[in-house]
Amino acid sequence: MVNKLVTDTAAMLEEKTGSRNAVVHSTAYPEQATGSPFVKNPKMSMRNVDVFYGEKQAIFNVNVDIGQNEVIAMIGPSGCGKSTFLRSINRMNDTVDSCRVTGDLTLDGEDIYSAKMDPVALRARVGMVFQKPNPFPKSIYDNVSYGPRLHGLASRRAELDDIVEMSLHRAGLWEEVKDRLDQPGTGLSGGQQQRLCIARAIAISPEVILMDEPCSALDPIATAKIEELIAELSENYTIAIVTHSMQQAARVSHRTAYFHLGHLVEVNDTEKVFTAPEHELTEAYITGRFG
Amino acid sequence: MDKLNLDQHISRQFNEDLEEIKTSMLEMGGLVEMQVGDAIRALEDADSGLAEKVIEVESRIDEMEMDIDETCTTLIARRQPAASDLRLVTAVSKAIRDLERIGDEAQKIAKMAIHLAEEGVAPRGYTEVRHIGNCVRKMLNDSLDAFSRFDAEAAIATMKDDRQVDMDYKSALREMITYMMEDPRSISRSMNILWALRSLERIGDHAKNICEHVVYLVQGRDIRHRKLDGDS
Repeated sequence: MVNKLVTDTAAMLEEKTGSRNAVVHSTAYPEQATGSPFVKNPKMSMRNVDVFYGEKQAIFNVNVDIGQNEVIAMIGPSGCGKSTFLRSINRMNDTVDSCRVTGDLTLDGEDIYSAKMDPVALRARVGMVFQKPNPFPKSIYDNVSYGPRLHGLASRRAELDDIVEMSLHRAGLWEEVKDRLDQPGTGLSGGQQQRLCIARAIAISPEVILMDEPCSALDPIATAKIEELIAELSENYTIAIVTHSMQQAARVSHRTAYFHLGHLVEVNDTEKVFTAPEHELTEAYITGRFG
Repeated sequence: MDKLNLDQHISRQFNEDLEEIKTSMLEMGGLVEMQVGDAIRALEDADSGLAEKVIEVESRIDEMEMDIDETCTTLIARRQPAASDLRLVTAVSKAIRDLERIGDEAQKIAKMAIHLAEEGVAPRGYTEVRHIGNCVRKMLNDSLDAFSRFDAEAAIATMKDDRQVDMDYKSALREMITYMMEDPRSISRSMNILWALRSLERIGDHAKNICEHVVYLVQGRDIRHRKLDGDS
């Protein structure tokens, strides 16, 4: 079924475009993602990843690395599997009964899906920020201190205070909330809530932060603040961001990965993807020739 | 054939906007070609009437450049074009700059034609003007043709013609210097021809630039300031 869709899309494009020039090679899915999916010294490395929901396959043989301190953006039309893929790399999909992930996924060379890997510990190392800000119904302070307490990262109150302050600083929220840390996190504006969620993710010192459309519920100013934050965070963390906004991917990421119907089509330096993408499907998507 | 699929955006308005800047640029190109042809003819025939007309039309070219430039800026602001669309907008916006400069050179040639009509014709140099003039007119025509067909191979072939123009220009320069040494009384009139030759050579350079923009547009490669295959 999916394969038929693939050939149909390819045939449709082929028919429209005829023979092509040097920028773009083909409309068929490449065996390996076009461009440069692999990096030296990857932080995370994914090989031959397939993801199934029951019988239905959602991700097809994805091979890609995420580099140390890199911001990688994942773009693609709805249903292309970019969020599914993101959720596979910190085992968020474990919570979905019908979901099955196969392939080799490693963090610093450690197998993410091995029996030895504790998913809770993994998610402390690979944090996640969601589309909709979801602060706990607790005070701002408790939102940020919850994780460090759970993981026993602070032995004394003063240490916890330090972690909370540093996390809120890094999330660019400290100045706005320092006088009302005891007030509920849910009372903040949408953009502030999202930065609170980022502070919460940072508080447990993750190595990688996954962001699933972190700005889609925010206004342009709040979005700009989050994007600025992403640039600052990339000095200390590795970031993978799924976004529907191609301009956002162009603004914040170092490399961009384009997914199409569960296939990873192209991974390239962001400037290359947005000026001269190599694959025809990438070109068609980012220029708005199909959605 | 439209290899860049300008007409296949989800937004029909976007298709039209992109088509419009391309069409306007080619329209401007057509006018510039006519200007170059008229200027050369005015010089050869010492036709100051035709030269005046070239000078008059020049302002129309400036207006077109400004109009297209504004349309490009608006398109960037409103559509944030990417990939081949972005390359089209930048290529058009660079090409119109070159076309405007070609228009300026045509105007300079027309001014030389007026000087020659007033001071009397130069003793020599017209054959060279005709020869180099034909070469650069063909280059300009070919470069615009390559642009309209998005044909990078044709653009690269046209770029190579510029080497011949440069060589012909250098040898014409040497000959003109020889004439001037032989007959110093003709220096002022010969200089008029020399300036015109210089303008023609510059037109060749700008046509070459347009070809480079075509290669960037079609293939996404920036080939400026690089040697072409086969260059020594």
